[in-house]
Amino acid sequence: MADHSSTAPGTAHSADHGHDDGRRDFLLLSTLAVGAVGAGLAAWPFIDTMNPSKDVLALATTEVDLSPISEGQSITVIWRGKPVFVRRRTKAEITEAKKTLGEKDPEADDKRTKKPEWLVVIGICTHLGCIPLGQKTGDPKGDYNGWFCPCHGSAYDTSGRIRKGPAPTNLAVPPYEFTGDTTIRIG
Amino acid sequence: MATQFKNPVVRWIDHRLPIFTFMEHSAVSYPTPKNLSYWWNFGSLAGIILVIMIATGVFLAMQYTPHTAMAFDSVERIMRDVNYGWLLRYLHMNGASMFFIVIYIHMFRGMYYGSYKEPREILWIIGVLIFLAMMATAFVGYTLPWGQMSFWGATVITNLFSVVPVVGTVIVEWLWGGFSVDNPTLNRFFALHYLLPFVIFALVFLHLWALHTHKSNNPLGIDVKGDKDEIPFHPYYTIKDSFGLGVFLIVYLGFTFFAPNFFGEPDNYIPADPLVTPAHIVPEWYFLPFYAMLRAVPDNFIDVFGILPIIISAKAAGVVVMFGSIILLIFLPWLDSSKVRSSQFRPVFKWAFWLFLLDCIVLGYVGGQPAEGAMLTIGRLCTFWYFFHLLVVVPFLGKYEKTRPLPESISAAVTAKESK
Ligand code: HEM
Ligand code: FES
Repeated sequence: MADHSSTAPGTAHSADHGHDDGRRDFLLLSTLAVGAVGAGLAAWPFIDTMNPSKDVLALATTEVDLSPISEGQSITVIWRGKPVFVRRRTKAEITEAKKTLGEKDPEADDKRTKKPEWLVVIGICTHLGCIPLGQKTGDPKGDYNGWFCPCHGSAYDTSGRIRKGPAPTNLAVPPYEFTGDTTIRIG
Repeated sequence: MATQFKNPVVRWIDHRLPIFTFMEHSAVSYPTPKNLSYWWNFGSLAGIILVIMIATGVFLAMQYTPHTAMAFDSVERIMRDVNYGWLLRYLHMNGASMFFIVIYIHMFRGMYYGSYKEPREILWIIGVLIFLAMMATAFVGYTLPWGQMSFWGATVITNLFSVVPVVGTVIVEWLWGGFSVDNPTLNRFFALHYLLPFVIFALVFLHLWALHTHKSNNPLGIDVKGDKDEIPFHPYYTIKDSFGLGVFLIVYLGFTFFAPNFFGEPDNYIPADPLVTPAHIVPEWYFLPFYAMLRAVPDNFIDVFGILPIIISAKAAGVVVMFGSIILLIFLPWLDSSKVRSSQFRPVFKWAFWLFLLDCIVLGYVGGQPAEGAMLTIGRLCTFWYFFHLLVVVPFLGKYEKTRPLPESISAAVTAKESK
């Protein structure tokens, strides 16, 4: 609005033009500023309705009972709509995991676990979001005996670290806690 | 003529698509009668509410589920779990009431100042169409929360169509998509509730197009006679409209925050139950005058008109009266043949106008009361007067009323007032 240059008849108050121009500009600009701040504040409730609601947040944690899982076995649980891999690792797998930091996204195994026996990672390939294979007996586990992503061939090791293929980072570790000897709460 | 803009980007675009010229002509330099009163604020207010309704509605629709088993709960979820969901819903609910208040004032303003007269007939007719579309939108919208009033309101109103001779039942079942108001009905009502506001938006565009062709009427009702009678829309009416908007928002938000259910019916917080009708069904307040007319037609109406019963039953007559009361407004420009627009110069019409307004308010009151005893009688008298006013009083005054002399021009009238 401010950038049109045509002066319509009647806008020019020749008598008081000039000496109160500054006052008028001040009033106009402060009105616009208050209006803009008001509109911005009013926009927030609209935007916020699209954020996760209370009922969604209430389902944002998942309790997992670990007792039925035997050594060498994995289960998949759902947390916030995503698969989480929980693997009870064998002695051999633990030793293998501790031998290296991995090369693409180096990280020590004990940084990625709370108890060496239990590995908990989000089961989503960090390349483009496919679900890697390796949970079921008979699934290909890739060259590093962890998981293998069939989409573009990423291979993860027994600590869920990326070792080969296009994926850039290790399988993510979700926030979780041991709430008992054999129960965890994810989220 | 294209406006010369300083900003080169604006100029570049405007040369190819003169949208900035269009905006400049219609909201900045737009010549406006210089004597518009606050009654001229309600058009722009209505436009702003339409935008608020669409904005809150679209965000509500992201959370709402149009299914009989889930609709009520999804609205409760909006109220309790969705961030600021309560705010959006209360804005939408009270926005509907505000919309009707503003539109009613806007329409009565038009009647008082004769804004429907030549050359603004089409402008007026489009306005009546907008009003009809608003009623349809509000009606289907009220069904969505799927409370008791939603369900029974929808049942009663859709059943009105059963009065159509021969094919009545076919039409009603077609409206329902079944044999009662049920899931298919709710689903299509949601689709229509999403669609109709955009139809209204398009109608508003035509309304403004017609308005800008002959410009605003004014409290004196006389034509603008040149530059002296006009001022540019900006800053004079932009600031006046903004001020009016501020006052309006205080009222609107006052209800939204402090009395959000003032206009609502408590029964609508009971989930819909197809087996139990609430003791006292009332439509939303903005439909009450029409509801009163619907119920006003007596059963023995038929006898009075002798041969009519063959084609029309009392139930049908009520429906015809109700829809007729709105359709009649379309013909107002031709029912009123007086060349003088403003009631300021029509001493008798002015009183007829206030009586008509009072009549509509009483009809609204009666519509909210049980249809029995004195209420029924008053409702009948008022319904009679509604039609008598439009069909007899208005044409009669148009012909025989002695109007007062009109001022020479707007600026002459303003100067005369100031020198007093
Ligand atoms: C002309 C503008 C509109 C009017 C007059 C209107 C009117 C209404 C009314 C009276 C209700 C019932 C309120 C209640 O008791 O809860 C309602 C509900 C609803 N409306 Fe609208 N509406 C409009 C525009 C829109 C638009 C554009 C949308 C979506 C795109 C929308 C989406 C909804 C939804 C999802 C509900 C159900 C949630 C609720 O009950 O609050 N509305 N509308
Ligand atoms: S998504 Fe897993 S390798 Fe591409």
